[in-house]
Amino acid sequence: MSQILRKEKLAPDIFRMRLSAPLIAASRHPGQFVILRATPDGERIPLTIADACSEAGWIEVIVQVAGAGTMRLSRLRQGDSVADLVGPLGQPTRIKRYGRCIGIAGGVGIAPLYPIAQALKAAGNSVTIILGARSRDKIILRSEIEGWADEVLLATEDGSAGRKGLVSDVFLDLARQGRTFERAVVIGPAAMMRAVSKLTLGQGIPTVVSLNPIMIDGTGLCGGCRVEVDGKIKFACVDGPEFEAEGIDWEPFMRRLRSYQDFERQTRERESCRLMNA
Amino acid sequence: MPTDERLTGSRREPLGPVSRVPMREQEPAVRTSNFAEVPFGYSDEEARIEANRCLGCRKAPCVAACPVAVPIPTFISQISDGAFAAAARTIRQANSLPAICGRVCPQEDQCEKECLRGRRGEALAIGHLERFAADWERRGGRIEAPARKPETGRRIAVAGSGPAGLTAASELAKEGCSVVVFEALHELGGVLTYGIPEFRLPKAIVRQEIADLEALGVKFVRNFVVGRTETVDRLLGPDGFEALFIGTGAGLPAFLGIPGESAIGVYSANEYLTRSNLMKAYQAGASTPILCGRRVVTVGGGNVAMDAARTALRLGAEVSTIVYRRGEAEMPARAEEVRHAREEGVVFRTLANPVAVIEDGEGFVRGLTCLQMELGEPDASGRRSPKPVPGSEFEVDCDIVVVAIGNRPNPLISSTTPDIRVSAKGTILANPADGRTSRPRVYAGGDIVTGAATVIRAMGAGKAAARSILEDLAGTR
Ligand SMILES: Cc1cc2nc3c(=O)[nH]c(=O)nc-3n(C[C@H](O)[C@H](O)[C@H](O)COP(=O)(O)OP(=O)(O)OC[C@H]3O[C@@H](n4cnc5c(N)ncnc54)[C@H](O)[C@@H]3O)c2cc1C
Ligand code: FES
Repeated sequence: MSQILRKEKLAPDIFRMRLSAPLIAASRHPGQFVILRATPDGERIPLTIADACSEAGWIEVIVQVAGAGTMRLSRLRQGDSVADLVGPLGQPTRIKRYGRCIGIAGGVGIAPLYPIAQALKAAGNSVTIILGARSRDKIILRSEIEGWADEVLLATEDGSAGRKGLVSDVFLDLARQGRTFERAVVIGPAAMMRAVSKLTLGQGIPTVVSLNPIMIDGTGLCGGCRVEVDGKIKFACVDGPEFEAEGIDWEPFMRRLRSYQDFERQTRERESCRLMNA
Repeated sequence: MPTDERLTGSRREPLGPVSRVPMREQEPAVRTSNFAEVPFGYSDEEARIEANRCLGCRKAPCVAACPVAVPIPTFISQISDGAFAAAARTIRQANSLPAICGRVCPQEDQCEKECLRGRRGEALAIGHLERFAADWERRGGRIEAPARKPETGRRIAVAGSGPAGLTAASELAKEGCSVVVFEALHELGGVLTYGIPEFRLPKAIVRQEIADLEALGVKFVRNFVVGRTETVDRLLGPDGFEALFIGTGAGLPAFLGIPGESAIGVYSANEYLTRSNLMKAYQAGASTPILCGRRVVTVGGGNVAMDAARTALRLGAEVSTIVYRRGEAEMPARAEEVRHAREEGVVFRTLANPVAVIEDGEGFVRGLTCLQMELGEPDASGRRSPKPVPGSEFEVDCDIVVVAIGNRPNPLISSTTPDIRVSAKGTILANPADGRTSRPRVYAGGDIVTGAATVIRAMGAGKAAARSILEDLAGTR
């Protein structure tokens, strides 16, 4: 059991939750995640640790309401507890002094990018961040990031903030201006990571991505999170979730994400019916 | 007349029936549509008749073949005398999880293999009788809490709540230590809970055993990954624990490494069984999904494969097939599991080795390409190793493939604790006789040391390590 200390809405369907978790707060590193269950019969939901405070004993997660599990989680309020919380899981990000770093995030991908980029900055790198979303109200954490990043650039599909277009357009603008980087971190939906990492790698920038496959246990037990990297099977929960983009076989990874599409649609419908009738 | 000196030394004459009392079971056609346990267990009467078949051998080869040396002839003769409570007590002295072992031990390779009865006819049904005594005790709610010695103030941590960890915890608690068991998952029991299905090992039994340990004073902490939530150094640091037992199992599923293995519908047996057992995916309205499939192929020949193939039928598969690269005689599964699977209609394609998963245009599994194999000369382990027959490729239609070809050791502790030495295979190096590892105050046992093995061996290792922990601690303070 872990108590929700604070809950706040960041955008429609995106909220931030602060959970009491002293041990995880003390041992976690950027890049790691937790798995939680909202209720005792709920599914196990992997979520990146977006922020943590070891002195006060809390961690924060940022949740985009997508399936039934996150919908249920979204219904819990400050003061409630989640049934289960385990972590920190996964390998920490390799942080070192690269020089100029660029972080590119799509949608809620900014949540995992945030602690990584912050750690890169703290290690003495210069950090440029590109944030992308459908529209202005979907861009989260912008002011927080502007507080410490060297440069923050925006892209929205409708042009309501920053450049009209995609994060990849912003990156190409930079490339055309002759800007170079020594390290790229790209996090977002699978299709976005694939497309953007292709561009960054094309510019000769070593690129890391953070994968979000289907997971159950998060401890290496089920193999549901497997991905092919450099022709070998890796488990994202224990070997990742971050991998060098170069070696990833995207096709099967993206396909496997669709495994339960039908189930998810049904439960989402059932869950939202329950909400309407409640 | 028998001439063996051990046979003539028996105290019961005449020798009685050559066949064992069969255990009543759910009918195959009925049981494949439910998850309830398959065998019903012996009645008092049946148990006594079966117990009467024991020859009461003086040297008791069965005891020598039991990894935890249950005093078999003693408890059997107590059953035949109708002293069921006493029988249960006798077993518990040597085995703290009898209701579980009576159901899942490979008796035919252990105690029953050495039973002299087996020379002419069927071996005594030792496993059935063990189960009977344990169930009788449970049903009556008459389980006596084992005596706990006075508090010693010793604090000991156990990582993993599978049979190895549970046994170590039980032994240490009985000696007055305060024991905390840390489990990574949200439920306790290890493979007993997430792996072995309800129809073979009802979860109520596992929960009962754990409740008994709680009554004995053992504390359980779920959702705690030793090595990550807290490091081993920290757990053993000042104000921490005096010793750590690692029983984290062989949880990491191996894959075939063949083309198409990333297709939708290819599961490791661990994932398939975890979705079904731990996350209850078979229940209507469950929050975790499982792809059911009309035709399910399970690759492998062990208990895990049988469990997966039989689970598939219960999830509604029309055809459930086992594909195994050796012959049926070489299958490592318990004989009873193979028989149950066969009765339920599982199709066996032995001497077949998968070489590729076939996908449809959308990335879903459509079939499995296999090669026909033939058995060659016996290898170092005495098993005849299979060789492919050239040009013998064939396809098996299926929409789900479950890979049950073994599990590797869990790396979570070794990867975060460099001074605990591991083998090239990743198993923790520990002395099998006493569980001591390369790091002082750290002990290990069960599948994490041996690689995937059996419940009873894991228990034996937990017990041995508990003994060394007590020994080593006795010399300190
Ligand atoms: C489907 C299946 C069927 C089987 N059938 C049989 C059978 O019929 N008969 C038989 O004798 N054997 C059978 N086995 C094998 C048997 O279950 C194992 O040999 C036995 O459970 C090993 O016990 P263990 O305590 O070493 O590990 P496990 O039972 O694997 O328990 C290890 C526990 O440790 C936890 N853990 C892992 N890492 C950490 C960490 N860092 N911190 C905290 N916790 C951690 C895991 O979550 C797990 O709960 C079967 C196995 C499977 C998978
Ligand atoms: S989530 Fe199960 S192995 Fe990674």
